Amino acid sequence: MSIKFTNDHEWVETNDGTSTVGITNYAQEQLGDVVFVDLPEVGDTFEQGEETGVIESVKAASEVFAPVSGEIIEINEALNDDPALINSSAEGDGWMYKIKLSDAVQLDELLDKGAYTSFTEELE
Amino acid sequence: MNQSSDTPTTPEETDTPVKHVPLDALHRELDAKMVPFAGYDMPVQYPAGIMAEHNHTRDQASLFDVSHMGQVEIIGPASDQALERLVVGDITSLKSGKTCYTMFTNEQGGILDDLMVTRQANLLYLVINAACKEADIAHLQKHLGSDHDIRVLEDRALLALQGPSACEVLSRYAPAARHMNFMSAATLRISDIDCLITRSGYTGEDGYEISISADAADTLARLLLDEPEVEPGGLGARDSLRLEAGLCLFGNDIDPTTTPIEAGLKWTISKRRREQGGFPGSDIILQQLKDGPPRLRVGIAPQGRAPARAHTEITDTAGSVIGEITSGGFGPTLGGPVAMGYVKQEFSKHGTDINLLIRGKSHPAKITSPVFVKHNYFKG
Repeated sequence: MSIKFTNDHEWVETNDGTSTVGITNYAQEQLGDVVFVDLPEVGDTFEQGEETGVIESVKAASEVFAPVSGEIIEINEALNDDPALINSSAEGDGWMYKIKLSDAVQLDELLDKGAYTSFTEELE
Repeated sequence: MNQSSDTPTTPEETDTPVKHVPLDALHRELDAKMVPFAGYDMPVQYPAGIMAEHNHTRDQASLFDVSHMGQVEIIGPASDQALERLVVGDITSLKSGKTCYTMFTNEQGGILDDLMVTRQANLLYLVINAACKEADIAHLQKHLGSDHDIRVLEDRALLALQGPSACEVLSRYAPAARHMNFMSAATLRISDIDCLITRSGYTGEDGYEISISADAADTLARLLLDEPEVEPGGLGARDSLRLEAGLCLFGNDIDPTTTPIEAGLKWTISKRRREQGGFPGSDIILQQLKDGPPRLRVGIAPQGRAPARAHTEITDTAGSVIGEITSGGFGPTLGGPVAMGYVKQEFSKHGTDINLLIRGKSHPAKITSPVFVKHNYFKG
């Protein structure tokens, strides 16, 4: 099990070839109150970096990108009824989707926790 | 993740240094998120966040700093008649101590800016949009400057106290504020500070706008924020509040290509001005008043949960484009998405089914009144 991060502020937790994806706590703080999450559909396939959906906060719409290539195998339906889960638990219950990895090597290019933390500190 | 749109949405000039409002230090002390807006560094939100600030305004009261807006005085003989050559409003009928909402128009009948005009004993006091300040002042100078003194009040701040508790709070310091009616004005003293107060605002709630000298702004703001009902509110909440109230944002919902008739603002043109005209573009505007405009500003209620932002295309149920959203987002009081925009007149009837093209997908919506949250103004 490993958690990786992108400089687009997604987190990726991988177990047995399947990655759970969400946005980081830093990202939800920047967005503010999340009011709508446009999730992909199960069965959709994405290349790394492709837009998978949108998170809408009161003030803005933000695109979410696939941190790795693969096929969506599950989405977090709870976000449809309670999009604010992203605010209360961005890196836990506010996960967005699970994607079956097509190329595990892509994980090596992502940031580890320390590198991501340094990255966000530079943005402040 | 990539933030693709942000409120406020005024394009920024990069070559001019950003200006600071008199309350800049207070905003930073309150840990506001500051963003450049119309050339000023302004608080878009405080740590409570837009949703909480919005709800607090509807429940109690919020203090907004709107000192970026332009404040101008016109002094001179028959300044009311002179101003009427530039705006659609009935300024000569405006009584002393009263305020009206009106618009500068161009020769095509388009809106150059919307503004508030207050008649004081010997002058007209104007509040104009920050982004239009320079152009408006040049416009006033050009047309009125030879006979009138156009005074730009650079050393004034403007605070808006908005919400159902605003009256109770302000009356503690200035008891006469309680009896002011919506769209009236008074000069009152609050703790030795001279305030020009109008009972008006941009939230749909009861409230006041308070003009004070820049060096007194910090003292007055802290005084009001110390009241138990009052919390600071940023431009983000101000935008969602005015959107739910159906109030136009210049640059989004009204601009030089939209007429007051298309914008649903014909109520600002009095009977006398409809009969006499005499404002820029009056031939076009009065023709539209008679025949109906080709398109109309309407409220738009998306039927799903997805907010539709400005520039979202509107189609009829058959898929033909019939208009565009000009402001849209999430309405915290409504608990759902809310928008306004323009559609061809034949689609403007309330209840009409339409579709919104959000990121390439068609989402059902209905035409409504732009006033999603009932106005709560004090009319005596």
